[in-house]
Amino acid sequence: MIEIVEEIRKVANQLDRKVKIMEVCGTHTMAIRRFGIHNLMPQNVELISGPGCPVCVTPVSMIDIAIQLMQDPTNILVVFGDMVRVPGSKTSIEKERTKNNNLKVVFSPFDIVKITEENSDKNIIFFVVGFETTLPGIAWTIKSIKEKNIKNFYCISAGKFIPPAMEAIVCDKELNIDAFLCPGHVSVIIGSRPYEFISKDYQKVCVISGFEALDILESILIIIKLLRNNDIKTEIQYTRAVKKDGNKKAKMIMTEVFDSCDSIWRGVGKIPHSGTVLREGYKIYDIKERFKIEEIKEETNKLCICGDILKGKQKPIDCKLFTEVCTPANPVGACMVSQEGTCAAYYKYGGTR
Amino acid sequence: MCLSVIGKVEEIKNNIATVEVFGARTQCLLDLLAESVTIGDYVLLHAGFAINKLDKDEAIKTINDIKKIMSIEDDRNS
Repeated sequence: MIEIVEEIRKVANQLDRKVKIMEVCGTHTMAIRRFGIHNLMPQNVELISGPGCPVCVTPVSMIDIAIQLMQDPTNILVVFGDMVRVPGSKTSIEKERTKNNNLKVVFSPFDIVKITEENSDKNIIFFVVGFETTLPGIAWTIKSIKEKNIKNFYCISAGKFIPPAMEAIVCDKELNIDAFLCPGHVSVIIGSRPYEFISKDYQKVCVISGFEALDILESILIIIKLLRNNDIKTEIQYTRAVKKDGNKKAKMIMTEVFDSCDSIWRGVGKIPHSGTVLREGYKIYDIKERFKIEEIKEETNKLCICGDILKGKQKPIDCKLFTEVCTPANPVGACMVSQEGTCAAYYKYGGTR
Repeated sequence: MCLSVIGKVEEIKNNIATVEVFGARTQCLLDLLAESVTIGDYVLLHAGFAINKLDKDEAIKTINDIKKIMSIEDDRNS
């Protein structure tokens, strides 16, 4: 490990400028902080955390819609555990759960099938949250629900696609990123091809990385070598899990059920083609087809800078609320509430860089 | 949220695999995989689904590396 850090320093010395590398994935943010990789970087290599946690980027208005639906005791809301504590505009799913005792937390989307069967007199509403890693499993579950002709299932479709968000980041003129450390497990599904346009059209190096300390260090070394050689392209470091074409079967199931739509990312705003919408044949499961949803305006705490943190423009230590008001026990913004949020990572492992 | 772990397949019934993950046992569906999986194979698990079949030697090497890191962290915390 020492050798690779030395090699990074050596190559960084050969660079004639400062370079900024954004890690897209929240799991990478946690690993970088846990292993202290940011402290090993030479002065001219800066690691920036990006928007990579599906929980963090779910808009407040979607959480408010889920809470709105929980007010009816004939509805059961089903969520992944990470979503429970995320603050909406006034309250959270956790604070509302005891009112009608109608919340179920699942580990796997497949558990929903059993919940629909055991509660046939209730509407089961699944809060679809996740990137391409999670969406195929959700899509497979929705397909089986259709095959089983289950009638009491609905979903709030708030899934997100990563490459369109990366394009939005490179189009932001205030951000000057040289390279992306691309998400390993999203890429297990989508492969490396969907990032190639970012290298070709926007001149950014993209390297798909694994999650161990050595994987990340090796990926950083590949990135700075490519930058030094002005060889801008997309590469896979995480070759033991990622293939160029990804998992074709999982991709096929995902795209059979979900189409893309313009979608709001919390704190970031609307990104074209970055969200999930149910395709024809599965639309009957969309909550909008079954429930009257009151339109909710997107509102967040004005002092919270999660939006800028998700875009890598500011760091948690730049936020007035960080550790003073906003803590993991009492989170204000989404980056603190999710275990993989940038603020939660800084809070747990410390650091000012 | 995109956390995945490596598991060793111990049993397969109706395309549901029982896998061993660092001594613990869990189940996962194999329906997202195009390739066939047999007992003794290693898969990458995410939210109750196997999302990839891994090369055996690479998987064993990764598990050993993780165990090494975990033991260093245990020593540091004790």
